[in-house]
Amino acid sequence: MFATEFEYHKASSVDQAVHLLNGNQEAKLLAGGHSLIPLMKLRQASPAVVIDIGGIEALKGITASDGVIRIGALTTHGAIARSARVRENCAVAAEAAAGIGDPQVRNLGTIGGNVCHADPGSDWPPVLCALNARFMIQGPGDWGPQGTRTLQASEFFTGLLTTALAENELLLAVEVPRLATNQRAAYAKMPHPATSFSVVGAAVLVSVEDGRCTAASVVLGGLVPSPMRATSVEDALVGEELTAGAIAAAADRAAADLGDNVAGDSVFASADYRRAMAPVLVRRALSRAAGLSRD
Amino acid sequence: MTTRIFGSGIRRREDPRLITGQATYTDDIKLPGTVHAAIKRSIHAHARIKSVDTSAAAAAPGVLAVYTGADTDGVLNPIPCAWVVPDSDVKAVAYPAIAKDVVRYVGDAVAVVVAEDRYQAEDALELIEVDYEPLPVVVNPEEATKDGAPQLHDDAPNNQAFHWVASGGDSDAAFDSPEVVVRDTIIQQKLIPTPMEPRAALATWLPSMGELTLWSTSQNPHICRFVTSLVTGLPEHKIRVIAPEVGGGFGSKIAVYPWEMVTAFCAMKLGRPVKWTETRSENYIATTHGRDHVEHVELAATRDGKITGVRSVVYAGMGAYLSTAAPGIPTILHGLMYCGPYEIPNVKAEVYGVFTNSTPVEAYRGAGRPEATFLLERMIDLLAAELDLDPVEVRRRNLIPKFEDGHDIALGLTYDSGDYQLALDTVLDHVGYQALRREQARLRANNQYMGIGVSTYCEICGIGPSQVAGAVGFGGGLWESAIVRFYATGKANIFVGTSPHGQGEETTFAQILSDELGVDVDDVEVIHGDTDNTPMGWGTYGSRTTVISGAAIALSARKIKDKAKALAAHLLEAAEEDIEYEDGKFFVRGSPDQSKTIQDVALMANVAWNMPEGMEPGLEATTFYDTPNFSFPFGAHVAVVTVDADTGHIELQRYACVDDCGPQINPMIVEGQVHGGVVQGAGQALWEGAVYDENGQLLTGSMMDYALPRAHLVPEIETLSTETPSPHNPLGVKGIGETGTIASTPTIYNAVIDALKPFGVTRLEMPLTPERVWRAIHQQ
Repeated sequence: MFATEFEYHKASSVDQAVHLLNGNQEAKLLAGGHSLIPLMKLRQASPAVVIDIGGIEALKGITASDGVIRIGALTTHGAIARSARVRENCAVAAEAAAGIGDPQVRNLGTIGGNVCHADPGSDWPPVLCALNARFMIQGPGDWGPQGTRTLQASEFFTGLLTTALAENELLLAVEVPRLATNQRAAYAKMPHPATSFSVVGAAVLVSVEDGRCTAASVVLGGLVPSPMRATSVEDALVGEELTAGAIAAAADRAAADLGDNVAGDSVFASADYRRAMAPVLVRRALSRAAGLSRD
Repeated sequence: MTTRIFGSGIRRREDPRLITGQATYTDDIKLPGTVHAAIKRSIHAHARIKSVDTSAAAAAPGVLAVYTGADTDGVLNPIPCAWVVPDSDVKAVAYPAIAKDVVRYVGDAVAVVVAEDRYQAEDALELIEVDYEPLPVVVNPEEATKDGAPQLHDDAPNNQAFHWVASGGDSDAAFDSPEVVVRDTIIQQKLIPTPMEPRAALATWLPSMGELTLWSTSQNPHICRFVTSLVTGLPEHKIRVIAPEVGGGFGSKIAVYPWEMVTAFCAMKLGRPVKWTETRSENYIATTHGRDHVEHVELAATRDGKITGVRSVVYAGMGAYLSTAAPGIPTILHGLMYCGPYEIPNVKAEVYGVFTNSTPVEAYRGAGRPEATFLLERMIDLLAAELDLDPVEVRRRNLIPKFEDGHDIALGLTYDSGDYQLALDTVLDHVGYQALRREQARLRANNQYMGIGVSTYCEICGIGPSQVAGAVGFGGGLWESAIVRFYATGKANIFVGTSPHGQGEETTFAQILSDELGVDVDDVEVIHGDTDNTPMGWGTYGSRTTVISGAAIALSARKIKDKAKALAAHLLEAAEEDIEYEDGKFFVRGSPDQSKTIQDVALMANVAWNMPEGMEPGLEATTFYDTPNFSFPFGAHVAVVTVDADTGHIELQRYACVDDCGPQINPMIVEGQVHGGVVQGAGQALWEGAVYDENGQLLTGSMMDYALPRAHLVPEIETLSTETPSPHNPLGVKGIGETGTIASTPTIYNAVIDALKPFGVTRLEMPLTPERVWRAIHQQ
């Protein structure tokens, strides 16, 4: 695999990275290299400039404060999967991370690189949307629209392989909430056997008070161009006791929520099949969140 | 008594260098002045080449030359097919190194660029303008034979590459009025071998000597040299082929490909070393594939489950050209194995080899026998279902009873030895078959779907003898030679013509010599893979290396022992008939303290100060070993799966197998071969398949879409064995490299169909993707 010629810069700080990004319109950021490098090797991406941000320590690591877990953009999936902080406060994120790719991928791939690539088969987009995660972004200026800004996950993912990130912006971190005692989250996916990419996935976050669901966030991934809320499933859950019957009835509405919004056929799974699987995965995620099953 | 080294599971001596990155593969070899080749490949599955404009590429930075089919035509001879099966009208169509007029599959070469570095070569490839006139495409082997199908070669009407029939008994009469008959159409999907190392070649040309050296990722360097001589026209003795470390082949490195020859051509033209290394994407389209059959099969039986006949019509895809050994695979190695381990009196195999607009098909682990075993095991399960008998019971009623020295089957082969019933009993006892059936019934009552698959198999390997090779049209011999050479220090080398590439024979061969002559296993080194310093041999494939090369080593060792005994007698001043041998020592009968070790003898033989009259110096022996017959390993496998009815997802829960390869030289290596084989066969059942669209574009062109087995998807494999020696092999051994792949695909397939019995599902296409299973369950 032989990429076309490119200019390589290694940034040692966020400032330097943003400066380089601002000065090179054709630049691509290189983090863990698990999305960009394969594309470059296949010559499907031929950036004139590559800015390697992989060595910026400030973008790595997991910290907790004020009800949120802050995950630096360059934190690897493996580090997230292993983090006691994440497992204790937002276990679903650790579980999702542990199901990404394989150990090699998890030890090099980063959450920031993953979400900025916004592959429909990625696990993070639906999980972060269900968690209502926040994305901390750095632009070239000091403040205001050119400086730092924060987006909700639902604002960040805008379509197939596209995000709200401007060409001269860099993702600093993702913040996921510490789940409250009455909140339960789960993620269920059908992995592609070759890659563990999500063929169909469902991420859910439910709040339960006095035995009834008071809020629900149900987000589909894998089979849609970018993460999609299954709003009629959510509506059907609110006010209900999360019994197997109620969950099954609500999950069945996922197909209607999807409509035609199913990303292309593949050799492994046709669009029709994936659509049919959506309610199954939603049901499984909800059952797990409700403590009814473990699979 | 010390533990015998033969039969000891010592660690593979190959592994330290492989796992620490010290192994030297073809691409690792850096010769001064090396330049790099990259190949422009057709993007069309079938097209006429109207023009190729290489001017911009030739002018690109670093480019030394761009060659097209016009340059190689008449200089390189067409790539030969070396297995022209007799009485089957094989159409040896022209297989040019670089296509000149027509491209016939996506991946066919249209030009080669040579540049100072590989990046420059790749950049220049993009500057080559090829004007194609697309032609109609056919990829399905059966469709390709129909009237009106697109034609690949003018001299192969209906795309028929060959037509071969084998029969035994009276197969048609068996189907006149059978008590029971079951039928099926079986698709053996096309598979991509995917060795860890893709292919590579490095060529140097010494004009002053007229010598070509070719480093090549070959399973058989001596055959490669032979064919290189035919293609380049260079005399064989002026060619040296070296297969350095080769990272797996699975059959895909048997063939001599156009591009190794093009690499040699470039080196000869430019007078610089030229290297070509395949990318993985290139490997998927340009290195041979396996399987690709459409099989129409019938099996006749009595109501009490005795099989009376099997017959088939098989359309075997050959891809666009006939690769080196391709025609022999669906015929000799497939059709002749329709009896399997069963007493089947009437058999007929009718095989059409068919050209299609796809990557050429070659041997792929098992090569023909997995397809034959699948066919039989599938049909027997259908028969069991038809008769409402347990699939194990049907097998029991048909297995050939135990035999130790030859059993003739209807198709004319003589199996060497077998105890099929014992293998079956052993695996069933191990898994607790009846308990599994009870568990299955319990789960079914709870709407949970567990399936149990069983297969009994026997296969043909240890390919030889040469007389048979000639009779079946194989363009070479199938004997092997081995030189064993002792040095003055008592250390020894073994030189073999086979070329192991991951199987561990550097270890097992040393064990053979160590066992025969009592020399420490670490005092033996095995040399292979270089035509300049190894004796002639036909290569490593068809699970023949240990069986045939191993036998040659044992016989060379025995010749050395005879000479050593005579020399020891001389040194001990005793009569030769009074000398006994034990554990590396030659001693006078009754006086074990009066002895000479093999090392003592080796020293004297090498310095030759005191030799018996007429005895030549040196302690070395060469054996050319031609096996009198194939070897026929066998076994019985059991798989347990569960099926998630909501999604169609299959979980492989258990896999247990009994394989009988006779005495095991190194049980750990045997186990490793079985593990790898089973997993590769599981890949065909569950995950793998080369899928083309109607335009002949490979949709599974990378590991993103072509799902290879992953470690986390496979359970612990429970390996057991029985030991039935082969009567005709000096070591009693049989091949073990392919048995796992041969048996596991039908075992797992049968388990899945068994799990789906409550849904009335009787057939599915492989790979058994969740969608296919789900659709079958839900009749979607």
